[in-house]
Amino acid sequence: MKEVTTVGQTVEEALQSALQQLDTTEEQVEIDVLDEGKKGLFGLFGQRPASVRVRKKADPIEESTAYLLSIAAQLGVHPDIQVEKTGKHVRFSLSGERIALLIGKRGQTLNALEQLTQLVINRYSTNFIHFTLDAENYRERREETLVALARKMAKKALVTGKPVRLEPFPSFERKVIHKALAENRQVRTFSEGKEPRRYIVIEPKSV
Amino acid sequence: MEELILAIVSPLIDHPEEMTIEKREEEHKDIYRLFLHSDDIGKVIGKQGRVAKAIRTIVTAANADHSKKVYVEIAE
Repeated sequence: MKEVTTVGQTVEEALQSALQQLDTTEEQVEIDVLDEGKKGLFGLFGQRPASVRVRKKADPIEESTAYLLSIAAQLGVHPDIQVEKTGKHVRFSLSGERIALLIGKRGQTLNALEQLTQLVINRYSTNFIHFTLDAENYRERREETLVALARKMAKKALVTGKPVRLEPFPSFERKVIHKALAENRQVRTFSEGKEPRRYIVIEPKSV
Repeated sequence: MEELILAIVSPLIDHPEEMTIEKREEEHKDIYRLFLHSDDIGKVIGKQGRVAKAIRTIVTAANADHSKKVYVEIAE
């Protein structure tokens, strides 16, 4: 239930009864006073009850989980969503059957879902929320893969003595690769090309 | 497919009631054309077409087991 209209002898009374029905608190609702009510003469004539319409404010996390689930359902997947909220960072972890369908090739479906859900969560939030979407630990596994790739390609650059150009990666994945090689004193890394085909180059440092 | 597109797009826009989807079938592709309120077009395309690209990625994922290609176009 999202919205109720209630009556009471006073506005306050009507409001309290609405909050009870919605099972919420005054901070989480928007209130329209429909009728201030009238006490009437000697409490007998011309008496009119107060009436309010109370609506639950949309909760960003509730709205965005519903959004994600409705898209997943259309894809025939019904994942469980685990929500973590730390400050302005919100992270959803998906688990369940056929999750691979929501991850896609190299995480492209997961990234698309993350981007769209981030839009929805921020539509309903007053402060900017940084949103991450993960599925079956994909992000962590992907990071390990990228670090391993970075080390392997750095070795290749050193052995051949030539720069190695990687495939295009999204910016947050390039960051993982740059970071993995930041401490390697024998190579340097930089990016070339324009998004979304920006790629990393690993170059041996000439002495 | 129309339902999936609705599920993706309508929560992103201000005038979901004005959104219509027109499907055109060609030999090797299905084309879904979204008609939107003019204020909503930018929201659905996004900076550098990022939102449009994300929508297409998901629509393509949903289409994975079919032989036809799927296109999504955005119109006023």
